[in-house]
Amino acid sequence: MSKFTRIPIRYQDPDKRIHNFDEVCLGYTPEEAVAEAKRCIQCKNPNCVSICPVKIDIPGFIKEIANEDFEKAARILNEYSSLPAVCGRVCPQEDQCEKTCILGRKGDSIAIGKLERFAADYAIENGIRFSNKARSNGHKVAVIGSGPAGISCAGELLKKGYEVKIFEALHKPGGVLVYGIPEFRLPSEKIVSAEIENLKDMGAEIETNVVVGRTITLKDIFEEGYEAIFIGSGAGLPLFLDIPGVNLNGVFSANEYLTRNNLMNAFKEEADTPIKLGKRVAVIGGGNVAMDAARTAKRLGSDVYVIYRRTKDELPARDEEIENAIEEGINFKFLTNPIEILGDKEGRVKAVLCEKMELRGEDSSGRKFPVKVEDSQFAFEVDVVIMALGTTPNPLIASTAEELEIDDKNRIITLNDRGETSKEGVFAGGDTVTGSATVILAMGAGKDGAKAIDKYIKKQQKELA
Amino acid sequence: MYEIIGKQLLAPKIYSLDILAPRVAKSALPGQFVIVIVDDNGERIPLTICDSDKQKGTVNIVIQTSGASTKKLTDKEIGDTINDFVGPLGKPSEFIYEELENLKTQKILLVGGGVGVAPLLPQAKWLKERGVDVHIVTGSRNKEFIILEDRFREITQNLFIATDDGSYGFHGMVTHAIEELVNRGNHYDRCIAIGPMIMMKFTAMTTKKLNIPTVVSLNPIMIDGTGMCGACRVTVDKETKFACVDGPEFDGHLVDFDEALMRQSQYKEEEKEINHKHCRLTGGMF
Repeated sequence: MSKFTRIPIRYQDPDKRIHNFDEVCLGYTPEEAVAEAKRCIQCKNPNCVSICPVKIDIPGFIKEIANEDFEKAARILNEYSSLPAVCGRVCPQEDQCEKTCILGRKGDSIAIGKLERFAADYAIENGIRFSNKARSNGHKVAVIGSGPAGISCAGELLKKGYEVKIFEALHKPGGVLVYGIPEFRLPSEKIVSAEIENLKDMGAEIETNVVVGRTITLKDIFEEGYEAIFIGSGAGLPLFLDIPGVNLNGVFSANEYLTRNNLMNAFKEEADTPIKLGKRVAVIGGGNVAMDAARTAKRLGSDVYVIYRRTKDELPARDEEIENAIEEGINFKFLTNPIEILGDKEGRVKAVLCEKMELRGEDSSGRKFPVKVEDSQFAFEVDVVIMALGTTPNPLIASTAEELEIDDKNRIITLNDRGETSKEGVFAGGDTVTGSATVILAMGAGKDGAKAIDKYIKKQQKELA
Repeated sequence: MYEIIGKQLLAPKIYSLDILAPRVAKSALPGQFVIVIVDDNGERIPLTICDSDKQKGTVNIVIQTSGASTKKLTDKEIGDTINDFVGPLGKPSEFIYEELENLKTQKILLVGGGVGVAPLLPQAKWLKERGVDVHIVTGSRNKEFIILEDRFREITQNLFIATDDGSYGFHGMVTHAIEELVNRGNHYDRCIAIGPMIMMKFTAMTTKKLNIPTVVSLNPIMIDGTGMCGACRVTVDKETKFACVDGPEFDGHLVDFDEALMRQSQYKEEEKEINHKHCRLTGGMF
């Protein structure tokens, strides 16, 4: 094997994995990780670091793996990221760190994500704790939402000595990591819980079942003695296609379908939450969430079709997830646009009425856009339809805080790149500001928010003194 | 964990529970609900808030044992805990934001059916405390299932109890009782109806005929209750709304009840199955 060839990663056999929710990618063995790490040429000015939203010292941790000091590699990761085991799994590395890897010019770029995952998993499996609990500086900060943005903001603040409390609306912390991304991509007990325990070791307090905007308001939080607030409440409001039949029985948002299965464990015998098992399921959309919903339905025993307006080349989902989905027998109907969902007398879905599309012309961003083919309508028989068309931020928090400005898509408006909002002492970041994006971008925003809050509180202190 | 500090059997299979949840008690307003998870395997079930006590930090809910989760919940005793209790959720009743002077000139009819009479209490109490005149109609299957009669009598002298079989009070459905009251010369400026979806549908049809603006409190299937899944979507005035964040109270004359009824039955089969599973565990549902 040449220096330009990546050490292959092992996956669970497709025939087996479609019958379970166990993790699909099995990760590197120590020997494989060391061999892959040794391929890194340790650039002096590494491109991979500059593009990483949280600026992980990538050559640094890879060097430790090459030296077989896995604990030290994990420690380096922990300095920069609150969720390395998560990011190693779900980041779109092919568009970030790995895309800029210099080896990629002549061969395969370094498997940075898989190595990050390896080192973080090593720490979890060996019970290595990073309780780098800082001495308290006596200042209190509240974080709203325990998804990637909130976790990352809390982690940074704890390192600086702040007392941090996270308010979470659901009964389990983790945000999209627990309700959205399925077990077969991100095991929640083994990985997400472990990373949240890490945060608690550092001193974070997490109060679940608190819906800010209903249970308490921003004003209440300030009255409880918090000097600043970071809003990382995400973009959880699902979009539905505006076509006839969307409210028929058997039509779900991907959020509902995934929440039932991931957060509420509907796939487990002992769970009380039911889930609809379709014989033939249509998933509408082409992003990662669509792949997650399709592969979940497959594991629940359905015959699954992904309906997408464009072609395979335009699918927004990660390549790895698309390949995994194809291996698992997910069928794709490209250049197909749903125009109505048809139901039976009892109001149950029986088919999706579609029309064929073709790609024509180019829009302003140079992307070809789909145009319908005349007289191409056809009914496609299914009994469950899952809509994975994206999400927008939930306006609940802003609706109870008048001074907090939001735009026409319910996104919280920040005044600058420090995440300051129109309300003094309130900062925001992640999907609630940008609309649905990626885990790592939310983490970057959480980190930036923590920096800005630190600066803000120090400034307040100076003015008081 | 949230402790149960009060439990009372109100009628066969209908229980009143007081749960210690200070944050919820402090913020609860008429019309809002909570979501409860009983134990580790539990599902999230929405329940309307029936009363709250800011001082004691308690929230009252009234539940009828009707499936696996309500069975688990009503099997709990004083001193037991439930895993999760989140709220208050949903928008408060709109009238609390209206001009009190204007409200005081109105005559309001509150209509409740079955276990749904309990969640009328916060509205009734709020209006009574501010001197707004209310008439209350409650409907039950028979005498045995009448609940909270004393509480409603404290609020109004104009309480009309209807039973389907005539074993107590007015013989007939709540819709008949409403017509009867109007025939007797009563005029109502508005109506608030809470109960089973089918009862709210027929109440809204009756009040439409009688020209009484009507608010209903919808109870569709819910999961998170915070607007992130759309399981609770309903069509109101031809627009899709999420009952958990846009409601649960809507203009009863604009709700597509047939769709709402159909959507509510979505998990009928699975619910039966769960009942079965639970059956084997506990040796029978009832």
